[in-house]
Formats: sequence, C-alpha cells, structure tokens
Amino acid sequence: MLEIKSLCASINGTEILKGLNLSIKAGEVHAIMGPNGTGKSTLASVLAGKEDYEVTSGEISFDGKNLLELSVEDRAREGVFLAFQYPVEIPGVSNVNFLKTAMNEIREHRGLPALSAKEFLTLVKEKSALVELDASLASRAVNEGFSGGEKKRNEIFQMAMLEPKLAILDETDSGLDIDALRTVAQGVNTLKTGQNATLVITHYQRLLEYIVPDFVHVLFDGRIVKTGGKELALELEDKGYDWVKA
Amino acid sequence: MWRVFFGVVMAGYTENELAEDLNKQEYRYGFVSDIASEVVPAGLDENVIRWISEKKQEPEWLLDFRLKAFAIWQSMKEPEWAHVAYQKPDFQAISYYAAPKQRKKYESWDDVDPEMKETMTKLGISLEEQQRLTGVAVDFVMDSVSVGTSFKAKLAELGIVFCSFSEAVQEHPDLVKKYLGTVVPMTDNYYSALNSAVFSDGSFCYIPKGVRCPMELSTYFRINAGGTGQFERTLVVADEDSYVSYLEGCTAPQRDEHQLHAAVVELVSLARAEIKYSTVQNWYPGDKEGKGGVFNFVTKRGLCETQSKISWTQVETGSAVTWKYPSCILKGDHSVGEFYSVAVTNNFQQADTGTKMIHLGKNTKSTIISKGISAGNSQNSYRGLVQIHAQAENARNFSQCDSLLMGSECGAHTFPYIECKNAGAQIEHEATTSKIGEDQLFYCQQRGISEEKAISLIVNGYCKEVLNQLPMEFAVEAQKLLSISLEGSVG
Repeated sequence: MLEIKSLCASINGTEILKGLNLSIKAGEVHAIMGPNGTGKSTLASVLAGKEDYEVTSGEISFDGKNLLELSVEDRAREGVFLAFQYPVEIPGVSNVNFLKTAMNEIREHRGLPALSAKEFLTLVKEKSALVELDASLASRAVNEGFSGGEKKRNEIFQMAMLEPKLAILDETDSGLDIDALRTVAQGVNTLKTGQNATLVITHYQRLLEYIVPDFVHVLFDGRIVKTGGKELALELEDKGYDWVKA
Repeated sequence: MWRVFFGVVMAGYTENELAEDLNKQEYRYGFVSDIASEVVPAGLDENVIRWISEKKQEPEWLLDFRLKAFAIWQSMKEPEWAHVAYQKPDFQAISYYAAPKQRKKYESWDDVDPEMKETMTKLGISLEEQQRLTGVAVDFVMDSVSVGTSFKAKLAELGIVFCSFSEAVQEHPDLVKKYLGTVVPMTDNYYSALNSAVFSDGSFCYIPKGVRCPMELSTYFRINAGGTGQFERTLVVADEDSYVSYLEGCTAPQRDEHQLHAAVVELVSLARAEIKYSTVQNWYPGDKEGKGGVFNFVTKRGLCETQSKISWTQVETGSAVTWKYPSCILKGDHSVGEFYSVAVTNNFQQADTGTKMIHLGKNTKSTIISKGISAGNSQNSYRGLVQIHAQAENARNFSQCDSLLMGSECGAHTFPYIECKNAGAQIEHEATTSKIGEDQLFYCQQRGISEEKAISLIVNGYCKEVLNQLPMEFAVEAQKLLSISLEGSVG
C-alpha cells in the first residue's frame, strides 16, 4: 500500500530524513519509535504533504500512485489520514459541519454522491460512540476549548468517520491518561480491517500495549536503523535508545 | 425648453459589449439589464431639483426641504477624515434621476417586465419563489423608482405601511413630514445634505402601535443605468410596542466609471418598539487593479425612545470605497442599541466603517461586534464612537472588534473613540487581530477539504456571531458572498 524508498527531506535547509525506507501492506500495523528529534513527526508531515518540508530525493508510492505529486487534499481524498499531535482549533466552525464538508469532498473525489443529513447524523452517532466522544462535542466548534484528551478522541472520531486507507497516528498517546489511552486504542483497533493500515508514531512502548503492532521500526538520525516484531518495543523500553545508537 | 432633452434612452449595452465585459471582469452579478430608462442629463442645479420634485408630483414642503438641503450642501465641503483615498466624484458629471420607463401600472407580478424578472433571477432572487416559500414581501428598487411592492394587502390589514418613498409622500404625507430628517438632519454631513436635495426614491415603512410585523420586510437595491448616481432614502418608523425586521440587500452591475451611492436611512423606534435592520451589500468593488467600483457613502442612524431597541446587522463585501456608520441614538431610558458587522475588503477595496452609540438615557445598553476581513491590497478600518452623556446613568457598552488578515499586502485599522461623561458607566472594549493560520488551512486540507472551501469555512466560522443575527435566508446568501469575495485571496 505504502512504499517509501530512500526518502530524504529537509526543512529550512536542514536535512532531517536521510534515506528512509519503509514498506506497509494492507492489514498491517506499523510502529515507528525513536528519541526526540530523529524525524518521526517529519515523516508524518511529509506523508501528509505539509509545505514547509522539502523532499530532496526519494520516492513515495501510495496504492500505486506517486504520493509526492498529489496536493495535500488529494492525498487525504485518496485515503491518507493524519491524526495530529497538536490538533488545530477552528473557532466558529462546528465539528459536524467540518466533517460533513470533508466527507462530501472525499466522496465527490471518489465519484460517490453526497450523504444525506440523516445518513450523516446516523454515522456521527455510531462513530462518536466508538471513541466515547461526548455527543455535545460533535456540535461544538472544532477542537475549541477541548481538553487534550478530547482533542485526541476527536482525531480518532474523525478517522472513524473518514475511513482512511492509511492512518498515521502522530504521538496520539501524548497527554492522554490511561483510560483515554485505552479508549483511543480501542477505537483504532475496532477500525482495523484487512484493507487498511496504521502507522503509529510514538515515544513510548505504552501505547503499543493496546495497539499491537505487526512491525516496530526504530528511527534514528533520519533513517530506520532497526526493524522487528512487537517484542522490539519492549526491548527498547528495557535497554533505552542508546542501545540502538551503538 | 430644456426638458426636450429628456428622451427615453436605452440603458443597456449591446450583447457584444456585455459579453466582452463579462469576459474581462469577474464580478458575479455584473450584468446590465436592457430596460428603458428615463434619465435626467448630468449636472446639478436648482432646476434639476425642481424637475425631480415636479416629476414626482411632490408637495411644496418637500420641494422646500430639497432646496434648503441643496443650499446647505453647496456651503459644505466633502469630508476627508476617513481612512480612504479616492478620486472625488465630479458632482456635475452625475445624472440625478433615472426611472425605468413604466408602460403601465402592474396589477400582478405576471405583468412585470420579463427582462426585469430575469435580472432578479440572475441575482438569485426569484420574487415568486420568495413570496411563496419564504413569505418575504419584496419592494424591488431598480434604479430609483420602486417597480413593485408585494404583500401590500396583507400588510395593510394590520395597518402596516410598506411602500416606495414616493408613494408614501403621496399617500401618507403626514407621517413622512413628521419624521423625515428627524434622525439624520440635512445638515448632518455632506452626503446626507446631498441626498436630502436629490433623493429620487427609496422605501418607507410604518408599523402601527402594538403591531408585530409578521414577515421580514425586504428591499433589493440595485444600481442599473450607466453613470447614474443613486440617492436612496429610507425611513422606518416603529410606533410604540411594535416590532419589525427589515432586510436590505444590494448588488450592482459592473461599471468602469465610478458610481456614487449616497443613501440616507432613518429609523425611529418609539417607546418599547424594536427594529431589526439587516443589510447584505455586494456592489461592484472594482476590478483586480482597483479600477471602477461603487463609492458607498451612506448615513444610517436610528433613534431609540424609552425601552426600545434598534439592532443593525451588516455584511459588507462590495464597493470600491465604503464610508458607513449605522448608529443608534439611545435617547430613551432603558433603550438598547446593537451593531453587528462583517466587512470584507479584497484587491484594492477600502472600507471605513463602524458605528456610533450615543447614550443619552439612563440604563441604556449597547453592543458592538465588528469583524473585519482584509485580503489582497485592501484597507479595512473600524471606526466607532461610544459616547456616554452626563445624564446617562448606569450606561453600559460592550465592544468587540476583530480583524482577520489574509496575505501580507492588506491593512486592518481600528479607531475606537470613547467619550464618557458619567462615572457610573461601564464600557468594555476588546480587540484582536489575527491571520488565517497556515496550520488551520493544513488541518482542513488534510481532511480532504480544498483550500478555497477551507478559507470559506474558517471565515464563516470567524463571522458566525454576526451571521447568526441575520434571518436564515439572508445568512445563506451572506455566506455565499463571503466565499465569492475572498476567492483566490490566499496564495
């Protein structure tokens, strides 16, 4: 589904990713771990198409398409979803209105008719229950005045609504207490099918107790330096990142 | 005899010229309807004023009113304090009267000129549709003379008068005479003096004591004949314990030469009455280089008696230069004034707009919510005055002025004036300036929303407090306008 080859990317002239390779197939859950400043969030931003980052060399193909040639919104419409580390507030725009606009743009891109208000609201009800998102949050302005935990739940709620092929969770566990973490993880697990894939970016092994990865990659200095199964996460937790650096 | 020259001229272009114009310009509502107009030649002197008055068969007192205003206007200078720069209009190059040629009186809407109906359709206003579906009575003003007024019978049952200004002069002269110029005196300013001298038509509305007007009253203004200045006069009187919601929407076809619009709107809200006055203004703002566009120099003011309320809501997206301060004189004790405004400027548009809240009575309250959006090379200013007089015990004001910038070439300015002569007053002023965040845009786009739609979402969210004040059908139109006005402004 996703094929990254020798990816190099920089921001303001500083090279962050230095020849990264990664291959993700449908139905898989991958985790990327690594210390601060090694390029984890850069990878998420480059995949989503954030302008600030310049891809200097390498290739990314997504479902056979050259991802780097697509605009941010077209990547999203093709099925790339980024759960933000710091979800953005949009005052005055209700969550429901925001999502309805997003869904209908995505559906239009895929040649599907717009959802009726009734279909949409049924979906909202069903999916918000999944992440135990308070129904009142759906009608409030996007992320405005949400607590840290509510923002993260809202990201997973949006993911549930938009049903992406590839979901990238950027430090979704940061700022979550254990109950919220469990709920969010449960949401992600429920959404898992044989057709979609998940890329979990995290500092800590903690989240991976709930979202069990098929592969764990260690990112260090812009490259993946080690790949293993879920036990690699435990090993890292045990030995620290110095162990990989060595 | 100079009247010989007032022949009937066709106001329209040829089709080719129209097509060429539409190609060159991007203004959505820029089209010219081919309706025969009767136009007075350019220029202004006493004779022109006498001609207008005679043409409209006005009573002597109104002619005197006009002539007095004209004399005052001649002694005045065009104001220069606003934060706008423009080429001053040549008042002798303007034609002061253009009326659609009326073949006969319309008995029903079926009799209305099909071309005029088409114009309305292009504007997205189907009168039949509006009448049937929304229950809005529309007084459609094309150029200077009202062409038709609907729902009159229904309103008449309640004793409500809603008609063109000219008609009111003929049929309700006492009411007009009693209130005309009482809120905006002809001496008030340069443009109100000019308007008082030459106003051609407008709307008049009277709600009798204790009557709650059952529908939104609505007038659509439109400048149509080329080179014709438009001087509308609106007078709304809400008698004791009455209520009315009045809508005013404006679109104008594109024109290369500047068009001057100097309207006067007077609202009188008697004891315990309430007037809600909403405007969506979308006149031709000029092209991307700042050429052409309407000059909008308007005086709007309301007078509140005891326990009454006036609420102004405006969404301003058009005009090359705007100079407009819908105000409230809170004369009666416990009276309330409100001002909700969204002003959008793009390309080379300039807007200097805001409000005046004059607190005279005790326990008077005013609220000001102003949202400015600047894009392109435009300049957007909020200018507001909160004045608390010595006798206005326990007066309260809350003002919030937000500015949103799009791009780096535009400007947002705030000029809040506060004059307080009563120590017991409570005045709050909040102001923010922000830019549409790259982060907000990226967030929307990552969810599959195009940049244009994302901007429209963010801007509409930003203006929500104001848009919420508009009646439903107007809010929808206003949202569309905001998107159209800001298209392609983030790059």
